[in-house]
Amino acid sequence: MSDIAEPGGAAMREPSSPPAKPLRTRILQRFPWLRGYLLMSPTIAVMLAMLIVPVVALFVRSFWTQNVFEIDTTFTLRNYAYIFELSDRITYWFGIPFPLANPVYVILLVKSIAMSLAVTVVVILLAYPMAYFMAFRVKRHKMLWLILITIPIWTSYLLRVFAWKIMLGFNGVINSGLMNLGIIDKPLEFLLYNPIAVIITLAHAWVAFAILPIYVSLEKIDRSLLEAATDLGDKPWERFWHVTLPLSAPGTIATILLVFIPTVGDYVTPALVGGSGGSMIGNSIQLLFGRQNDAPLGSAVSVVMMATITAIVCLFLWLVDYRKIRARGMN
Amino acid sequence: MSTGESIISLRSVAKHFGSVRAVDDVSFDIRRGEFFSLLGPSGCGKTTLLRMLAGFEVPTSGAILIDGQDVSTVPPHARPTNMVFQNYAIFPHLSVRENIAYGLRKKGLSKQELAQTVEDALALIKMTGYGDRASHQLSGGQRQRVALARALVCKPKVLLLDEPLGALDKKLREEMQLELRQIQRTVGVTFVFVTHDQEEALALSDRIAVMSRGKALQIDAANRLYEAPNCKEVAAFIGSMNFFQGSLRETSGGTALVDAGPLGQLSASAAENAPGPGSQVSIAVRPEKLRLAWDKPAAGQNAIAGRIATEAYFGDRSHYHVAVEGLAEPIAVAMQKSDRLLDDASSIGRPVWISWAPEAAVLLTE
Repeated sequence: MSDIAEPGGAAMREPSSPPAKPLRTRILQRFPWLRGYLLMSPTIAVMLAMLIVPVVALFVRSFWTQNVFEIDTTFTLRNYAYIFELSDRITYWFGIPFPLANPVYVILLVKSIAMSLAVTVVVILLAYPMAYFMAFRVKRHKMLWLILITIPIWTSYLLRVFAWKIMLGFNGVINSGLMNLGIIDKPLEFLLYNPIAVIITLAHAWVAFAILPIYVSLEKIDRSLLEAATDLGDKPWERFWHVTLPLSAPGTIATILLVFIPTVGDYVTPALVGGSGGSMIGNSIQLLFGRQNDAPLGSAVSVVMMATITAIVCLFLWLVDYRKIRARGMN
Repeated sequence: MSTGESIISLRSVAKHFGSVRAVDDVSFDIRRGEFFSLLGPSGCGKTTLLRMLAGFEVPTSGAILIDGQDVSTVPPHARPTNMVFQNYAIFPHLSVRENIAYGLRKKGLSKQELAQTVEDALALIKMTGYGDRASHQLSGGQRQRVALARALVCKPKVLLLDEPLGALDKKLREEMQLELRQIQRTVGVTFVFVTHDQEEALALSDRIAVMSRGKALQIDAANRLYEAPNCKEVAAFIGSMNFFQGSLRETSGGTALVDAGPLGQLSASAAENAPGPGSQVSIAVRPEKLRLAWDKPAAGQNAIAGRIATEAYFGDRSHYHVAVEGLAEPIAVAMQKSDRLLDDASSIGRPVWISWAPEAAVLLTE
């Protein structure tokens, strides 16, 4: 290639002295970190445009206020004060006292976190055995099993949520099935439009994503370690507890975060199958940005939610590491 | 060391994987306290046999008795055996101390006893002070020792070792061989050691089972395997060996006379159960039992004339290949420096006489 391209250019230069490098090349060679940033620049641009800018905008807006039709951009903590304003009037939710003047957002946040935790537990309980089965029991056609597991993801998220509406609804599959079998006389009303329906639907939506990381961490475990544990006197369950579970911890922890973090803020599923009792923090944020026309308060609620999730995740990561160290010290 | 009393009895043990007979009707005993090796090329069934002793594989047929009890179908966690795995299988999420203590947790020891046992084990493997290290901070040799200690603290009746030195470099391997033998003498536990390295097996073992294609060909002490192999396969596998084929003429007084075609009549020491006259036999002689001379040796010895084809000089010894008319393969001769006659560099191509005493050769049936 260069032989064809060069002759014209080569004739113009002094043949003996080395060709001077362009300024750009010299700068990049002098500062390698600059080259690194240059190579990363598309990613950095996307991150800036789609992640950092919206978050910063949200954060900034949470310090503004809404005056009916227009937004007052003077800095104020009023929105946060509104969320956490104390009051003598105590609101009880499941027996927990909330001495707040406007307790709805904090209660919804606590409720969303509780529901997300329930979803995460259900997802782990469903995904772990499936991942375990694929890693240890399936000998051939592992790829086929992996593809089968992704099949639910082939349809849209919305369709899957609607499918659960059809399953759990008043004239839904479960009710009409049970009625045809003569087990019940009239449809069960407690199936749909409550937190349980939201937890079932969310768990179903996330289970497929949860299997893969757990599967990968189980697949990586050296089989001779399991044999060694058995050889040293462990029965199958003891071996699972002492070797398999600790060694699959990285994938399991990743899965817990992968499911917990996005489900706290989910609003589509509670809107469709949650009814009034099953609504979550995401739904009220959506309302604040929409019908209630108070984007600054919505931003403040979002920021509080993000901060809470971050705190919980940090606490969780610190706890699992702490446990590991403590278990080592005890043995 | 060996009291003669057997601790492991294999009775017609076989293991089939589909149509493959990995272990094919093997029966022998392993004595209490001995260092026993299973030696053979890869795929000979030695590892499968060891895994059956550990309980990871269940025999297709036959019975395995450990200390008089049939353990053929007993799971690994309930067997009085422990294993040192080929890749050591050190638990990566546990420290050295926790690894060694792993099998002890259920033995009902007090906290002090457990700590003391682990410290003693660390001392035995010369790793005192390494208890808090993580497995990824250990060298190959250290991992090997931790695996050994972890298995030994469980006080097994039999310790099973699956090529434990295979992953170490040559120098470390030789050190570990000595140490392994010393530890075995100290603790007095029966060791069953799988290896494909014959030198390792010869150096370490009280007795060796040479395996091939799922069968145990010969079970004997190292020197017997080397000096008196019972078949051509064992003779060829252990060390190097020259074979001369022929038909047996007669046996008298422990010496057999064989018509070896173009080589004339050769003699070798023969066992009592030697076959009758006329049978096809091989005479097997080790390269170092052959002598080279420029002149025809005196009568009473076996002698073959040939030409030196190659010479390889090793300092303390030299290896020669001697081409002989009528033989497809050249004869291998090893000579120590002390009796090396041919220190002339231009010896290649020169005619030479190979000779050996009848008692230096072994008679093997075809």
